[in-house]
Amino acid sequence: MNWGLMVFYFFAALATVGGVMMITRRNAVHSAVYLVLTFVAIAGIYVQLGAEFLFAVQVLVYAGGILVLFLFVIMLVNLEEPRRFSGGRMRLAASGIMTLVLFGILASSFARSAPARAVAAIAPAAEGNLQAVGASLYVDYVLPFELVSVLLLVAMIGAIVLGRPRA
Amino acid sequence: MIPQSHLLVLSLVLLTIGVVGVLVRRNVIIILMSIELILNAANLNFVAFSRQWGDLTGQIWGVFNITIAAAEVAVGLAIVIALFRNRETVNVDEMNLMKW
Repeated sequence: MNWGLMVFYFFAALATVGGVMMITRRNAVHSAVYLVLTFVAIAGIYVQLGAEFLFAVQVLVYAGGILVLFLFVIMLVNLEEPRRFSGGRMRLAASGIMTLVLFGILASSFARSAPARAVAAIAPAAEGNLQAVGASLYVDYVLPFELVSVLLLVAMIGAIVLGRPRA
Repeated sequence: MIPQSHLLVLSLVLLTIGVVGVLVRRNVIIILMSIELILNAANLNFVAFSRQWGDLTGQIWGVFNITIAAAEVAVGLAIVIALFRNRETVNVDEMNLMKW
């Protein structure tokens, strides 16, 4: 009994159900809650893949920061929409068909690609995943790291300026 | 051990769910949430290949992806708030000032 695979299927099912429920709810707060479910399920899969730092960052930033931001704005903008879907049945059907086509194209390219070489299990670094990621981040990827911090500063300034009440 | 194809198919499924959400919903906030789902699907792809190649690069770019998503959500929601203040609606169909 391959428990690892069972746990992965459980998380995958949770993530998919969360995603489908998220895009079909009438109430935006319900959508946000299902999105949290998806985020946490994906975080669980990260742990299974050995990305423990990413698991922590996902839960903290996505479930703990971005979702809270969404909930704040949903409550500020609290409108009940009488109709969920834009444009009527034709648009719904066309979107569904085009998305299935996209899925088919990508899935067929996966199937035709060269078989994955034997999975090289990430030898857990002697000091652990967090230390390895930190070392890599500050040595190999220090430039994107600094640029991303500047990006965060710019985004913060932009959000404050855009959200200010008109004088 | 989780087969690589399973991970790729899951990321593909999440991507298509996000794309459908962006295409058919009227509420701007739910469209933004669907975009977050798409970003998560891409992240899952990064981490899956990081595991396959035994290379930490995928996880590093996953961290950057999450950071950029956070910045994008902040600015996007600020725009939604400014829009709501002006138009009293978050219905995407009614934001058509630039249509001919």
